[in-house]
Amino acid sequence: MNRDQLRAIVLEELSTIAPDIDIAHLDDGARLRDEYDLDSMDALNLLTAVHQRLGVNIPESEYARMHSLSALLDYLEPRLDE
Amino acid sequence: MPSLGADMEAATLVEWLVKPGDRVEKGQIIAVVETAKGAIDVEVFESGVVEECYVEPDTKVPVGTPLARIGSGDRVVAERAGPVPEPALETKPAAVETAVPESAALSPPIPEPPPAPGTETVSTVVPEDGRLAASPAVRRRARELGVELGNISGSGPGGAIVLRDLERAEAGGTRPERQRAGFDRDEMRRAIAASMSRAKREIPHYYLATTLDLHAAERWLEEYNRERPPESRLLMAALFMKATARALLRYPDLNGHYDERGFHPAERIDLGMAIHLRGGGLIAPALQGAEALALPALMTRLQDLVQRARRGGLRASEIGSASATVTALGERGVDSVYGVIHPPQVAMIGFGSVRRRPLAVDDMLAIRPTVDVSLAADHRVCDGHLGALFLNEIDAQLQHPEAL
Repeated sequence: MNRDQLRAIVLEELSTIAPDIDIAHLDDGARLRDEYDLDSMDALNLLTAVHQRLGVNIPESEYARMHSLSALLDYLEPRLDE
Repeated sequence: MPSLGADMEAATLVEWLVKPGDRVEKGQIIAVVETAKGAIDVEVFESGVVEECYVEPDTKVPVGTPLARIGSGDRVVAERAGPVPEPALETKPAAVETAVPESAALSPPIPEPPPAPGTETVSTVVPEDGRLAASPAVRRRARELGVELGNISGSGPGGAIVLRDLERAEAGGTRPERQRAGFDRDEMRRAIAASMSRAKREIPHYYLATTLDLHAAERWLEEYNRERPPESRLLMAALFMKATARALLRYPDLNGHYDERGFHPAERIDLGMAIHLRGGGLIAPALQGAEALALPALMTRLQDLVQRARRGGLRASEIGSASATVTALGERGVDSVYGVIHPPQVAMIGFGSVRRRPLAVDDMLAIRPTVDVSLAADHRVCDGHLGALFLNEIDAQLQHPEAL
């Protein structure tokens, strides 16, 4: 899976959680919490979706350091083929 | 039509999930109604046989209007056009008198069904999948997905269609045709305005606040979540809800409803949770029996409630019934929130942002995770002294997260 495919999957899950986000124009570097109003419940739902869809279990402590979509993708990409 | 809060006067029946002749069990979802708060599932409050449906889909009726008659099954009204007869006195209209008793006094129920002359009975609107084995949840999901249940083979007990069958069917390429109707933003604004104006007009609020040390709670939570996958993790909000429910159990003067006859403490803790709706709006469905839920169960229910509040599918019993409400605006980064009580309730508990702050611990200065918790309470029912004891009890509960 390349990064574009990965990004598409994560965006799909994100739009299920927050349907009002315009994913076509999402800024990968923007802070998800502040710019896109993702609260801790939304974030947990995103992690759950990522875990179920991609099999990557992101620890809470790691997620705390991921603020944007690109940070999330950076974390996921090398872990997909394990 | 059940009252879904003091601010609701009417709602539109969207569809029936049952038809005359169907046997229904207490708690079963029998209809979907559209309100300012979005689409709400209406449950039946007694078991029996649906004898007649009085209200046609897409009809707006005032709160208190009988929707259907549930009885022994002796007087099932088959498909038939003509004026709707008045219900006999010995049969209870479903989902009305028993629905939300505490609000009945606020929005006077309409004693007789007001049928339009020539109205057809709704037995003509039986869902096509009427005889397929599928739960209301499955039927609802199927409608959301635009999936025909008749085209799906069930893998559940006795060939019943279950949720995973729908996911499979949907993955097969069926796309949703019709989104479940969301809430009406303007109407919700009006409903909030009416309810909050009434609160400020009628309820003499008093306010208290204190800062809690969350060191123990955060440490415990980190430890709990460390080895767990995201789907089994807990959020601090779950601890707040449980601690508040426990404290309300100890201070029943903050848990209940106030009407013209005075205060009525509630029997259990149906803890409302203010949920922000994306696109604007607010709804506070109740986590029923919160005091008795273990944290993992409470967390699951909380997630489910938030999801259904945002996507539609809240149940009538969850909406008009909270005995006290929690608002946690902390997510949005503010330190404190002073709530407005949601009538006829008598208390609103507010949690601000969890934030690291310098705190005097014993004789040392420490940096600790903290939260400001506030109470807005009804002075007609209790005084600040009791409110202070209540906030201290929330604090005490959060110092022993392992016991929550």
